[in-house]
Amino acid sequence: MEKMPKWADVVLIPLISLILAAILSALVILAIGENPIEAVKLMVTGALGSTYGWGYTLYYATNFMFTGLAVAVAFHARLFNIGGEGQAMLGGLGVAMVCLYIPWPHWSIALLAACAGSMLFGAAWAAIPAYLQAKRGSHIVITTIMFNFIAAAFLNYVLVNLMRPPGAQDPSSASFPEAVHLPTFQSMFSTAENVVFKGTPVNITFFIAVLACFVVWALIWRTRLGYEIRSYGKTETGAVYAGISPVRITIIAMLISGALAGLMAINNVMGEAERLVLNATEGAGFIGIAVALMGRSHPFGVFLAAILFGFLYQGGAELAFWTSIPRELIVVIQALVILFTGALDNMVRMPLEKLFLSLRKGAQ
Amino acid sequence: MTVPAIELKGISKAFGPVQANKDISISVAPGTIHGIIGENGAGKSTLMSILYGFYKADKGEIWINGNKTDIPDSQAAIAAGIGMVFQHFKLVENFTVLENIVLGAEDGGLLAPSLSKARKELKALEEEYELFVDPDKRIDEIGVGMQQRVEILKALYRKAEILILDEPTGVLTPSEADQLFRILDRLRAEGKTIIVITHKLREIMENTDTVSVMRRGQMTATVKTADTSPEELAELMVGRKVLLQVDKVPAQPGKPVLKIEKLSVFDSAGVERVKGIDLTVRAGEIVGIAGVAGNGQSELLEVLGGMRPGQGSIKLNGAPLALSGPGSDGQARRAQHIAHVPEDRQREGLVMDFHAWENVAFGYHRDPAYQSGIFMNNAALRADTERKIEKFDVRPPDAWLTAKSFSGGNQQKIVVAREIERNPDLLLVGQPTRGVDIGAIEFIHKQIVALRDQGKAILLVSVELEEIFSLSDRIAVMFDGHVMGERLPHETDEKELGLLMAGVAGEAA
Repeated sequence: MEKMPKWADVVLIPLISLILAAILSALVILAIGENPIEAVKLMVTGALGSTYGWGYTLYYATNFMFTGLAVAVAFHARLFNIGGEGQAMLGGLGVAMVCLYIPWPHWSIALLAACAGSMLFGAAWAAIPAYLQAKRGSHIVITTIMFNFIAAAFLNYVLVNLMRPPGAQDPSSASFPEAVHLPTFQSMFSTAENVVFKGTPVNITFFIAVLACFVVWALIWRTRLGYEIRSYGKTETGAVYAGISPVRITIIAMLISGALAGLMAINNVMGEAERLVLNATEGAGFIGIAVALMGRSHPFGVFLAAILFGFLYQGGAELAFWTSIPRELIVVIQALVILFTGALDNMVRMPLEKLFLSLRKGAQ
Repeated sequence: MTVPAIELKGISKAFGPVQANKDISISVAPGTIHGIIGENGAGKSTLMSILYGFYKADKGEIWINGNKTDIPDSQAAIAAGIGMVFQHFKLVENFTVLENIVLGAEDGGLLAPSLSKARKELKALEEEYELFVDPDKRIDEIGVGMQQRVEILKALYRKAEILILDEPTGVLTPSEADQLFRILDRLRAEGKTIIVITHKLREIMENTDTVSVMRRGQMTATVKTADTSPEELAELMVGRKVLLQVDKVPAQPGKPVLKIEKLSVFDSAGVERVKGIDLTVRAGEIVGIAGVAGNGQSELLEVLGGMRPGQGSIKLNGAPLALSGPGSDGQARRAQHIAHVPEDRQREGLVMDFHAWENVAFGYHRDPAYQSGIFMNNAALRADTERKIEKFDVRPPDAWLTAKSFSGGNQQKIVVAREIERNPDLLLVGQPTRGVDIGAIEFIHKQIVALRDQGKAILLVSVELEEIFSLSDRIAVMFDGHVMGERLPHETDEKELGLLMAGVAGEAA
C-alpha cells in the first residue's frame, strides 16, 4: 500500500518545505529590521525580472545541475558522494589542460575534448575513494571529504607552481585562447537592436546540463546498468543474490558521479572565467547535495531544484547589493532551504502521510 | 463460573486503512493454556501488542481478573501481571542470565543488592517450576531453548500471572519444543494462565485447552481444543478447505545432478559454518535439509547460489562449479541453470521498492529477451510479468505495484514464478513458505513438486519439519556444519530427526 499519492511526494512535500523555509527566512529578515516583502520583491526582480537576472540564475543553475546529478547518481547506489567539490576542481584542471596545451581550430571541437577531459579528471578523483570504499570498506563520506581538501591543496600547488604564467601575481592559469571561448547566451540570442543576457556568464553549457539530465534519466531508469545501480542501492544482499557485484557497482557509480561533477568545470572554467582560478567551484559541489536531496535524486527534480538554487544565489546577491541585509543572511536563507528540504524532510512527510491516510479512510 | 483471567471485549484497532483487529472478544479462564492461531497478518500480534501496551486499541475494553484495566504501556502490563515472551528474544547477549533477569527491575542505584535478592528469588522460582538455568552463564553461552527459559523466568520474576508466548517454537528443535510445553504444563498446574500464539496446528492440538482462530483481523471461532480437528482449524483460518498434505507420486530419481564433495564454507568472520559435507541430489527428486536455523544450511544454499565462496567440490551434471573468484557469482550460477528461491525474500529475493515487473527481472536482468539495444526492453519485461502473474495467481494482479505492497504469500509467488519459470536443472529453495499464508503454501508446494515431476533436481532447506516431511523424497539433517545423516521420510519420524538435529548421531548414514 502506498502511503500517499506520488504527486504529493514529488510536488507537495518540497513545496511545503519551501514555504516553511520562506516563512522562517521572513521572520529572520523581520528580526533584523528589514521588510521581508520588499526583500522577496527584490530577489524576484533581481533574479528573474530581466534577461540579465536570468543570465546569472541560469549560470548558477547549470553548475548545480551537474553537481546535483553527480550526487543523485551516487545516491541511487546508496553512496553519499560529498566530494563533488573536489571532483569539480579537478575537472577544472582537466578543462584547463585541454584548452591551454592543445591548439584548437574551433570552440566546438575544443568543447568535446574539454568535456572528455573534465569527466576524466573528475572521475579519476572519485575513483580513489570509490576503490577504498569497494575494496577496503573505508567510508565514502569520510574519504570524499578528505579528497576535497586534497584537491584544494593540490590545485593550489599546481596553479602557483606550475600553471601560473611567469610574472603573474594571482594564483591562476593563463587565459584560454580566443578559439576555445564558448558562445554565451548573449551572443546566441541577441539581435542587433535587442541585446539580451548582456554581460552574463550563462553559456552553451546550460544545454549540456539539460542534456546531462536526460542522459542520467535514461541511464538510471532505462538501462541495465541503471537497474543494477538501483538494485544495489536498495539492497546489497539482494544484489549479491542477483549476481550484481557490489565492488563493480560502487566503482562505476562513483566514476559516473565524479565525471558529472567534473563536467561542471565546462561551465565555470571554460564558459565563465576562461582560465583556471583558485577556488573556482565556490561551493557548488556542496549545493549539489541539497539539490539532489530536494530533487529526490530524479534528474527532473534536480533540474528544478538547480534553478531554484540558482535563483537563491542570484537573488541573494541582488539583496546584498541593494539592501543593508548582509551577505551572511543570504547564506542563512539558503541554509534554511537546505535544512527544510533536505534534513527535515520527515517533519513534513509524516504528518502529510497521516493526513492522506485519514482522507483515504474517510473516502471509503 | 470463575472470573476469567483475561477478558477482551470488542477490541478494534486500525492502522490507517488497514483494520488489524475488528471487534475482538475473548475470555480465557485462569489456569488454562489458550491458543491463538491464524495466518500471518491475521492480527494475532497486534492483539497481543494491545494487551502488552505497545498499541492502544481504538475501541474495546480489557478486563483482568474481573477488573477493567487500562494498559497504556508495558509497565502497566507488567503491573497487571502480564508477561510476554517475544518471538525474538529481548536479551542482552553479553550479560549473564541473572543480569538479564534483573534488567529493568533493579531496586536501586546499586546493583549488588538487587542481584543477590534476584539470585534467591530465582532459586525459589526454579524449584517451584523446575525451570533450571545457570544464573551466571552469559546469554551467548547458552542455547536457544535456555534463552527462552530466561525469558519465561524474567516474566515470572516480575510476578506475571498471565504469560503470553508469541510463536515460541519457531527457533526450537522438536525436543526443545516438547520441553517448553512440559514447562508450560507445569506453570498451568501452578495456576498461571498461558496464551500461546502460533501458526502450527499440531502444537495447538497437543497442548492447548481452548483455541481461538483469527482471520483477517477477526476472531472467527473460539472452541475447546478437544472438540476440534486440525482440518477444521485450517478451514477456519483460511476460510476454505485446505489440503494439509502435499499430493505427490513417488519420486523417480534419475542421474545425479548436483554432487557436493567435502564442501567447507567459512563466514566473513572466518568461522567454519559448513564442515566438509557430501551430498547428492538427483534429477527428479527433492532433497530436504532439516536442521535448526544456524547450523550451516543457509551458507550451503548461499554457496550453491553464488552468494558466498566455498572450498571443496561441487559438480553440476558432472561439470565442476567455480566456488570462488570469477565465474562463481549469481549470474554464473543462473547461466548454469541453477535457480534460487532465497531464504529471505525481503532482503535477497526481491527489491521491496521495485515494481513487480522490475522484480521479475531481478537476477535475470541480463537476459537478452529483456534488452533492446543499449536499453532494457521494459515493455517485454512487463508482458512477461503479466504472464507470470496470471500463471502463478499473484494477487492483486498488478505488475505496477511495488513488491512491498504485496502480502508475504504473493511476494513469494513472484519469486517462485521468476525462478521456476526459468526451467532450471537445479532449484535451490530456502524456507519457501516462511511468513506465507496457508493457501499460498499449498500452491507453492504444488509448483515445487510439479518441477520435480519434470525431472528436475530440487534442494530444499526448511526449518519447518512438517514441510520437510511433506515435500522431501530424501531428508538430510544438518547440525553444526555436518550432515548428521540421511533418511527416507517414510522410514523415519520427527523424534529421530529431532535427535539428529540436536547433534545426537544416529547410525552411520
